[in-house]
Amino acid sequence: MTRFRLPAWFVLLLPAIIVLAAVVLIPLLLSLYSSFTSYRLTRPDSLYNWIGTFNYEKAAKSAHFWAAFGRTLLLLTIALNLEMLLGLGLALLVNQVTYGQRALRTIMMFPMMFSPLLVGFQFKFIFNDNVGLVNNALQSLGLSNTAIPWLVDGQLAFFSILVAEMWSSTSVFAILILAGLFAVPRDPIEAAKVDGCTPWQSFRHITLPYIMPFIYIALAIRSLDVARAYDIVQIMTNGGPARRTELIWTMIGRTGYVDAKMGYANAMGYISIFLAIFFTIYFFRKLNAARAELGMGG
Amino acid sequence: MAQVNLRNVVKRYGALQVVHGVDLNIDDNEFVVLVGPSGCGKSTTLRMIAGLEAISGGEIVIGDRVVNDLPPRHRNISMVFQNYALYPHMSVRENLGFSLKIAKKTQAEIDQAVDEAAEILSLTEYMDRKPGALSGGQRQRVAMGRAIVRHPDVFLFDEPLSNLDAKLRTQMRTEIKKLHQKVNSTIVYVTHDQVEAMTLADRIVIMRDGHIEQVGTPLEVFENPANTFVATFIGSPPMNLLAGRVSKDRIVLENGLDVPVPGQFSDKTHEGQEVILGFRADNLMPVGHAMPMGGASAELDMAVTLSEPLGTETLLFTSIAGKEVQAKMLNPRPVAPGERLSFQLDLTRCHLFDAQSQNSLR
Ligand SMILES: Nc1ncnc2c1ncn2[C@@H]1O[C@H](COP(=O)(O)OP(=O)(O)OP(=O)(O)O)[C@@H](O)[C@H]1O
Ligand SMILES: [Mg+2]
Repeated sequence: MTRFRLPAWFVLLLPAIIVLAAVVLIPLLLSLYSSFTSYRLTRPDSLYNWIGTFNYEKAAKSAHFWAAFGRTLLLLTIALNLEMLLGLGLALLVNQVTYGQRALRTIMMFPMMFSPLLVGFQFKFIFNDNVGLVNNALQSLGLSNTAIPWLVDGQLAFFSILVAEMWSSTSVFAILILAGLFAVPRDPIEAAKVDGCTPWQSFRHITLPYIMPFIYIALAIRSLDVARAYDIVQIMTNGGPARRTELIWTMIGRTGYVDAKMGYANAMGYISIFLAIFFTIYFFRKLNAARAELGMGG
Repeated sequence: MAQVNLRNVVKRYGALQVVHGVDLNIDDNEFVVLVGPSGCGKSTTLRMIAGLEAISGGEIVIGDRVVNDLPPRHRNISMVFQNYALYPHMSVRENLGFSLKIAKKTQAEIDQAVDEAAEILSLTEYMDRKPGALSGGQRQRVAMGRAIVRHPDVFLFDEPLSNLDAKLRTQMRTEIKKLHQKVNSTIVYVTHDQVEAMTLADRIVIMRDGHIEQVGTPLEVFENPANTFVATFIGSPPMNLLAGRVSKDRIVLENGLDVPVPGQFSDKTHEGQEVILGFRADNLMPVGHAMPMGGASAELDMAVTLSEPLGTETLLFTSIAGKEVQAKMLNPRPVAPGERLSFQLDLTRCHLFDAQSQNSLR
């Protein structure tokens, strides 16, 4: 009695394949397919209405979409750079501390313990033009006598969101860079001191190359984070007023769930995913190059 | 070119004192080796000279400057670390030229100095490799090269050869000695290997527990150890030490056996004094297999417990007064364990230490 039997490796992999297919592959294919239809959540039958690349063309021609895209890119660039510099500074300071460093490290991680939703609410309050802390403080100090419209003016709102974003995530950089600093061996630094380096020169020539891989890991993680930024903006400004703080994902969210145009939303989602993929690949390239520099294998 | 003076230098880590008032004067161009057992404070002393470790008391002078508060970069020293401490992200060429680049030398000057150092240390083939792609010996040479390109006033070496295999170590030892003759600089060299110390040093500094036990040329410390610690630390095999008591110009050992008080000590001992008799294996040899002994000697009949042939000579293990001692046999012949031989002890080369202070009675 010979019965056809699946090869053992396949049987062993089957559970994983099924789970992956159910939670990743099928939704992915379905959403990709729906981006070529006029699918609206309110009219399920529209899922079968194939309209080719219409949604993609529409997004490509939409000034709103590109404005949101550009704004996301801008936020990403500014936030990542500032967070990196601040995080580096923080990590260097904490690394100097010899007494109570553990406590400091824990405190440093506090912002990461709050949900971005709560951070959004908190900063929405802080920047509120009537009862907010910032305006209150400015007025009490006599630095301003008007209610500054922090969340209404387009540029100020962008700034407010940036501050909230940085408050909640600078510690990601700080923690990862601190881990990098712990991994820097003492010997080459001492050799550099003997070789005539000032503290700044030994940082620049020895410490920095050692922590670059850690910086790139943080950048990769955070670029994905910011590229999909949604919650803080949604809470603080809801992309408004009048789309002045619209980011890709607040726009996609609104298009998909408020306007119910899921097909179009998915098309925009796929375009923006390229942004994320681009940054991931870019930073991982950099990471590998930095590791190869240190002879850690590339 | 500079001399180095340590004046009553102290190092404390919190309440723990690890270097206790070290005084040492190192001349210009002198090759001084700090030697001592693990944990005696050699590295700490060296690192204080380098400025990598703050000093807790005393004064360090390099050239004519007190450098207590100068950072390493202002001391014009270079240092070779025990595990080389190369810059892993720089090529050999960049490693060698780094200090010159920091000193803002022109590229032409850097290239010339680097090529010269690479030539001396036969590193020319590896110039574009990263340290990770070098063998231990090659890394060691890069570390040395990095030290010599700068023409510093003082070279500091912290056990630079301890990670190398025996053959390479001997080879590099010779290289370092040659290098010293070539570059003519003051060198302070730390090791726990007394052979390295003996072969390299102009003067040896023997340390123990943060104190200097003796300073002297290799021959001085070998021939005239100041105390029993130095006697057993310097020389291989270590000096044999036997406790005894002076009685009527003889030293009575523990089991009643006695030998005459060596002539050179006769007026330095007193009746009833507790002493320690010291002699090296080279001065205890079987009759017929010994160097001709000029002066007074004592004869002892002893059974051999073990023999270690070394080629041109054989090390014999035997015991005197219940204590194991080592002797040497020239023109060796096979010796069976248990065989009794008549040994000659060269009294003129014997040492005598006070049992109480452990110091030499010379
Ligand atoms: N940071 C420190 N804190 C406390 N004690 C220290 C510190 N560094 C060194 N010591 C102690 O100082 C003593 C001398 O150390 P040092 O490194 O100078 O020894 P060493 O002679 O170089 O030994 P080795 O041959 O093993 O390298 C040791 O007992 C060591 O435990
Ligand atoms: Mg040491």
